[in-house]
Amino acid sequence: MTNTETYNYKVVRQFSIMTIVWGLVGMSVGVLIAAQLAWPVLNFDVPWLTFSRLRPLHTNAVIFAFGGSALFACSYYVVQHTCHVRLVFPALAAFTFWGWQVVILLAAITLPLGITSSKEYAELEWPIDILITLVWVSYAVVFFGTIMKRRVKHIYVANWFFGAFIITVAVLHLFNSAALPVSLWKSYSAYAGVQDAMVQWWYGHNAVGFFLTAGFLGIMYYFVPKQAGRPVYSYRLSVVHFWALVFTYIWAGPHHLHYTALPDWAQSLGMIMSLILLAPSWGGMINGIMTLSGAWHKLRTDPVLRLLIVSISFYGMSTFEGPMMAIKTVNALSHYTDWTVGHVHSGALGWVALVSMGAMYYLIPRLFGRELYSLRLVEVHFWAATIGIVLYIASMWVAGIMQGLMWRAVNADGTLTYSFVESVQAMHPYYIVRTLGGAFFLLGAVIMAYNLWRTIADAKPVEVEIPEPASAH
Amino acid sequence: MTFTLFQSIWSIVVLITFLGIVVWAYSGKRKSAFDEAAQLPFEDEPVTNKKTSSE
Repeated sequence: MTNTETYNYKVVRQFSIMTIVWGLVGMSVGVLIAAQLAWPVLNFDVPWLTFSRLRPLHTNAVIFAFGGSALFACSYYVVQHTCHVRLVFPALAAFTFWGWQVVILLAAITLPLGITSSKEYAELEWPIDILITLVWVSYAVVFFGTIMKRRVKHIYVANWFFGAFIITVAVLHLFNSAALPVSLWKSYSAYAGVQDAMVQWWYGHNAVGFFLTAGFLGIMYYFVPKQAGRPVYSYRLSVVHFWALVFTYIWAGPHHLHYTALPDWAQSLGMIMSLILLAPSWGGMINGIMTLSGAWHKLRTDPVLRLLIVSISFYGMSTFEGPMMAIKTVNALSHYTDWTVGHVHSGALGWVALVSMGAMYYLIPRLFGRELYSLRLVEVHFWAATIGIVLYIASMWVAGIMQGLMWRAVNADGTLTYSFVESVQAMHPYYIVRTLGGAFFLLGAVIMAYNLWRTIADAKPVEVEIPEPASAH
Repeated sequence: MTFTLFQSIWSIVVLITFLGIVVWAYSGKRKSAFDEAAQLPFEDEPVTNKKTSSE
């Protein structure tokens, strides 16, 4: 049987390359703002370069530009490969690429200008929000349209995770971005007071749960088995993992609002659901790592696989730390300190970035019909990134706990032991170590970009025929 | 029906649904189907082209 239909690799190639480009941009801005905290003179007294304006630029660039492009690339690749069918609606798929790039460019212009809705991880103003909605609906149509056209009966588990990520992010974005525009670049949230805060953190935590977790678990469930050359440890566990995660994550948001005006019962609910989340998170982690069961020796010879497995280990670490920090008494110490920043980066650098980079090492050579230029450089990247993450999160643990303890310290007569600025001063050495950690991680990303550039420099894009499904599932 | 009663019933329905999914996923009947599904990522490459372990 011959099948002349080919995979749509063009849109996957476009998103993959932009993953690398936006990764470098977003991480560079991150290193700059980390350095600004250690040496404030680095804002050069230019308003567009102040921490307050570059910080949302950094978070938007790494989450939505780097992470988002990686998710688009991987989901488009995986859905075609596991459904044995070409992506439907090629024009719409192209629109998702160009539309998403325009969103990113508009973010890169408006945020340094100080144009912001001031909702964390949803800073972009209403006209950009509308464009995001159009791109996202198109993404859903392309993705689910392709699933509907599939030539195998079963929908592979990775696609379930991608699907949940697409649907949930659409719902979150629509509700949290509801606003009343008063001019082209200014709007007010549709919600007020504590409702606004709750909607924001319902959005904010589920952006972590579905954008930064479910989507990247989809990447894990395809690329780890492929790179390891063996099926996922337990497919049954992956099904339970999926539903447990989907049922639980949506309730964890209130832990961002402990000891605020949010009703106490809602805070406790958020804490309990966050603790329950440990179970599906670790179920998924064990499933990913145990996929190597019987093939552990591959870790010695395959640095790409090592990158993927270490990313799952960081997923396990940060999803243990997260529930612990959601406990109210722990949160009383950790909240508003740099411990939170360290926790986020343990997940963002350790899990999201490393799993994306592992997937890119797998994907990009195949999209151009080449072998990876240098495994040695992947090895160097792996160590630079790992050292960077450890420096980053260790310095932020120490800094965060010290901050928390200094803020709550009181003298015998009830006055505060330390003024706020004393706690700021105490942070200085840790901020330098953090900057160093970030720089190491960025160095790793630069090495990756060089390695992948050498891989595809003189390569031509390839067209790959879609094989017939092996059996009728 | 009050909103609180509705919420309580809904919580129980969701819990039972989830437990049902767990029982379904681990039932013996599903084993062969899931074993096949786990192979899906490997069916996109010709058998002859399968990567061999580097050892």
